[in-house]
Amino acid sequence: MSLEPIQKLISRTIVLRQENIDTDQIIPARFLTTTTRKGLGTSVFFDWRYNAEGRLRNDSPLDGFNPAEYKILVAGSNFGCGSSREHAPWALADFGFRAIISSDIADIFKSNALKNGLLPLEVDDKTHRRLLASPGEEISVDLVSQTVRFGEEGWQTVFRVDPFARRCMLDGVDPLGHLINQLAVIEKYEEDRRGF
Amino acid sequence: MKNEMSKEMSLRSLFDKLWDNHVVVNETRETPAILYIDLHLVHEVTSPQAFSVLADRNLNVRRPDLTIATLDHSTPTSPPKPNGELAYATPQAKRQVDRLIKNCAHHKIRLLGLGDPRRGIVHVIGPELGLTQPGKTIVCGDSHTSTHGAFGALAFGIGTTEVGHVLATQCVLQRKPKSMRVTFDGVLPAGVTAKDMALFMIAEIGASGGQGYAIEFAGDAVRALSMDGRMTLCNMSIEAGARFGMIAPDQTTIDYLQNREQAPQGAAWERAVRSWRTLPSDDGAVFDKEIEIDASKIRPMITYGVSPDAAAAVDAAPPPAGSHAERLALEYMEIAPERPFSATEVDRVFIGSCTNSRLSDLREAADIMRGRKVKVGVVALIVPGSVAIKRKAEAEGLDKIFIAAGAEWREPGCSMCIAMNGDQGAPGELVVSTSNRNFVGRQGKGVRTVLASPATAAASAIEGRIADPRNYYSNKMEQADVA
Repeated sequence: MSLEPIQKLISRTIVLRQENIDTDQIIPARFLTTTTRKGLGTSVFFDWRYNAEGRLRNDSPLDGFNPAEYKILVAGSNFGCGSSREHAPWALADFGFRAIISSDIADIFKSNALKNGLLPLEVDDKTHRRLLASPGEEISVDLVSQTVRFGEEGWQTVFRVDPFARRCMLDGVDPLGHLINQLAVIEKYEEDRRGF
Repeated sequence: MKNEMSKEMSLRSLFDKLWDNHVVVNETRETPAILYIDLHLVHEVTSPQAFSVLADRNLNVRRPDLTIATLDHSTPTSPPKPNGELAYATPQAKRQVDRLIKNCAHHKIRLLGLGDPRRGIVHVIGPELGLTQPGKTIVCGDSHTSTHGAFGALAFGIGTTEVGHVLATQCVLQRKPKSMRVTFDGVLPAGVTAKDMALFMIAEIGASGGQGYAIEFAGDAVRALSMDGRMTLCNMSIEAGARFGMIAPDQTTIDYLQNREQAPQGAAWERAVRSWRTLPSDDGAVFDKEIEIDASKIRPMITYGVSPDAAAAVDAAPPPAGSHAERLALEYMEIAPERPFSATEVDRVFIGSCTNSRLSDLREAADIMRGRKVKVGVVALIVPGSVAIKRKAEAEGLDKIFIAAGAEWREPGCSMCIAMNGDQGAPGELVVSTSNRNFVGRQGKGVRTVLASPATAAASAIEGRIADPRNYYSNKMEQADVA
């Protein structure tokens, strides 16, 4: 599956200030019995957004907005910790997010997000604090120059992203295709190991 | 000077050796390494979308012989209905199980499915069958795959897209993480277990303290652990943010594996043991980070918040909340700061999960429950990790001890750890659980989870409040986790 290439993203932010937002919060386990990648967006952060009867409460920072204008989620540190469920980035992407910004994003979530067109952006603590304090801010993410820019003061900072994942996103390079191109080398490795 | 430098460079840790042995294509600044995978474990929840990718792209499973599947997450643990049907939580859960059965048949993958005497939690059966061995790379679409690191394997959790990569190519793209050594020196006091070591360490370094690291656990207290205890410790690595946790293989590892169904036999066994003996970290190998913990100071640990690093000794009280988040966590848990934990009433107890469902865990709980009764009003669920463990426990009469105490003795599965098969608490209930995550709602909406060892969970079931297992220990218990 090749991804839709992404170079630049200009959007407003939704802010969830909590630290250690785990993937059970992003998509509770009872939604994991699905056998497809699609349709999880309505259940994203389900227990934060719906009441006991399963009706949308509309009082969460995630609701009451036009998702087309709010494609960036700013969250507290250690975002995406816990379970390796790829359903978490599937649900966030299906909801409409294209980027997550935090000071520190959990390893497996980061890896999963990058494979689903969802940019996990790690920024310095100062920028992170500034973004947490201004929900709804319009920010500009440039993957070519690896910069985030926002605010009247012209705040600009560089974010960290794995160079390979960046190339996959910019050029639509498919990681599975990259592996398949190396099958001859993989076979050679297997033969060499058989020998000893 | 130059010579000393190169000497130091050539000293390798267990992790370095495991990594080097599996690099197919080296990492560069531009691309991650291509890492070969020796064993791919598959379960029903994180695999259907990966098999769909193979179908969409017309790809086959490249090495079904290195792939093994089981059913554990969505699988019911209640006994079958009189007509033989299993009580699935939802029709969709059954569809997911059926999908794995179909995918395995189509791709000729061995499935330890319903009715198979080798079925069980994916991180329990790998070791039990002897498939998990020192020196192997092992992956699974499950963050607790680090469990297998207890054998001196490089084992880590992956996402579903990567499950597809491994099915199609037997490889993953992975950058080499930094290395950390956590050394537990000294001797664990009686009544203190591997679970308490894990919670103690996570409280020390924090829920993201291990992020970006592969952890090697070392020291006398680790060497003294049984394989079951070592698996518990490595299992919890991810709760400190580390995808990899491992322990060097030694005689305990070798004794555990000898004569297991899938372990090498005869001359192949001798060869394997010789190569396993070369795996431990070289003396003087350098780690990016070193943590030292005095095991003799560890007490039975419990969690009091909604992140596994909010852990403290059971005979203490939660520290005053330092931040808004900590205050909210205590409010959710309905645990008052600075009030002893023993004042907290318990509604439910869960003993099971890939962290603590092995035979020694069940014995640890049974030793406390023997001849006692679960407090009236408390529901206690005992869920063995595999069919084999269930049978062994029954052969020892552990089931009778639990049932006589008023606990439920279930079929194997992940059960209340992930609470997606229908086993869960009711809103507001407090559960003392031997599993690995105390996240909000993890064990059911509004459920409050307190993580603990099997001994602490069993003692809490008896008393109906958070209890210190050391009060139940006679001298004979000193050998419980040190075998």
